[in-house]
Amino acid sequence: MSAPDGLVTYGDEQQERVGFFTDTSVCIGCKACEVACKEWNLIPEDGLSWTGNSYDNTGELSANTWRHVAFVEQEKPLLTNGNGETGLRWLMESDVCKHCTHAACLDVCPTGSLFRTEFGTVVVQQDICNGCGYCVPACPFGVLDKRHLAPAPDLPAFAKEDGRVWKCTLCYDRLKGGHEPACAKACPTKSIQFGPLDELRERADARLAKLDAEGWNGAQLYGRDPDDGVGGFGAFFLLLDEPEVYGLPPDPVVTTRDLPEMWTNMLAAAGALVVGVAAAFVGSRS
Amino acid sequence: MSYVTAAGTETRSYYGRPIIKEPVWTWEIPTYFFTGGLAGASAVLSSAARVSGNEKLARTALYVGTAAELVSPALLISDLGRPERFHHMLRVVKPTSPMNVGSWVLLVSGGASTTAALCQLLGRFTPLRRAASVVATLAGPPLATYTGVLVADTAVPAWHEARRELPWIFGASAAASAGAAASMFVDPRDAVPARRVAVAGVLAEGALMQAMELRLGALGDVYRQGQAGKLSWAAKGLAVTGAALLGTKGRKSRAAAVAGGALVCAGELCMRWAVFTAGRQSARDPKYVVESQRRRIERDGTKATTKPA
Repeated sequence: MSAPDGLVTYGDEQQERVGFFTDTSVCIGCKACEVACKEWNLIPEDGLSWTGNSYDNTGELSANTWRHVAFVEQEKPLLTNGNGETGLRWLMESDVCKHCTHAACLDVCPTGSLFRTEFGTVVVQQDICNGCGYCVPACPFGVLDKRHLAPAPDLPAFAKEDGRVWKCTLCYDRLKGGHEPACAKACPTKSIQFGPLDELRERADARLAKLDAEGWNGAQLYGRDPDDGVGGFGAFFLLLDEPEVYGLPPDPVVTTRDLPEMWTNMLAAAGALVVGVAAAFVGSRS
Repeated sequence: MSYVTAAGTETRSYYGRPIIKEPVWTWEIPTYFFTGGLAGASAVLSSAARVSGNEKLARTALYVGTAAELVSPALLISDLGRPERFHHMLRVVKPTSPMNVGSWVLLVSGGASTTAALCQLLGRFTPLRRAASVVATLAGPPLATYTGVLVADTAVPAWHEARRELPWIFGASAAASAGAAASMFVDPRDAVPARRVAVAGVLAEGALMQAMELRLGALGDVYRQGQAGKLSWAAKGLAVTGAALLGTKGRKSRAAAVAGGALVCAGELCMRWAVFTAGRQSARDPKYVVESQRRRIERDGTKATTKPA
């Protein structure tokens, strides 16, 4: 397994890498994860609205939503072998920050606010973030966003918008205290499983083998492979259809993978600029 | 939810919602791409003029570049969610972050240009002015081109997939604006090299944009559609008209040079906005994200790894 970026500095304090395995085949769409996350992390309320998209009135992961349950209604049998076929199925998936092995947000953060914890997770230090917003378009999953809400709209001193970037911390504070993250704790069906990443991968492989044997339609692991474009997710999934059906990118890549090529290109262009300007002076003395 | 694309293939999405987040940067950032480019290329133009013995052009380009150099950090700080923490950009040195690298380059380049301009104004401290000019000339070209890397180093399809061309396009655009701006403030007889830089920059930038759109294939459409398409047309129209004016009447008439220079600068500003807007459009529509990744899988016959293709 490739070591996550920035995981060399902890020495004796290094912990086992932990993460989530979100098994969508047992998700019942109760949104207890969304609620537990908001409560534990004191995330502000960001509007109560109806989207009209099945039971999803949250919409997407954002600065104020760190767990988001997607609901997909399909005319597609749940099983491929015809047993118990209804032709209709309802997919639910609790989405979260992927805590990538090679995290673009962490790489591009100009202040060092985003960092790799001793647990191998990716966290924003709120006292460092200056709200430059670079991580927002760098994330291939659209996880991070700037928080525009005021910390306390009724108090003049705190009525200005927050302006910083927020995302799932994998409950860094709870991990430090030896507890599992709030969403996993609240999940009533063990759709959200927390634990050491290696163990979760084994569990996911066994689960997929079982679903395949039972003929589940479209069952696949997403982000389990340590050799994928982001070096594997710290929080990976078992899906029942292609990733884009759930609003996930089919083949994400950490953008900084191509950065050496980009810097080389830039230096060549910078050199060409000098040569070009110098050439304009040839024979111009008169 | 699914819809059929022009190519006849079906793209599926989650209620048509975006997959990645649209950049949250506001008007200051594309404007800075212009002022930063102007500043960086002006530093080179100034030094080249000095070496060739064209003192008037050297001084003009130095002042123009310094003005752009001073506006740039103000724009960048104003875009921050927490402007009072702008100096956090300089608490680390981080080559994996083009924004961090750019902050250092801008600091060095801005400091050097301002020092050189002050010495020039005072007409004193010539050795210091020379040293500062050397630093500014070295920092200028990276300042003019790194913004291409800055936007390419994201998950935004229209930017990341154009990573080969963007630093070149931004460099050409920077040269065009520096040449054009200097032409406006110096006697046409002394502005021959500046006009050449402006015209060559406009032509190179136009050709590079065309090449990029062609290479991007279906994704290149995003540069021709919607707001980005309009801005792109405006950019071309303004820049080409300005360059033509500079190259003809601008050789004799100061008024024509001012008009031509202003048109080229306006065109280059529009070009930065066009690229910026194309990126936002490609982030907003999930089909660009899904299709560029699906096409890559099809082309390579396998999914991506962390090793560059």
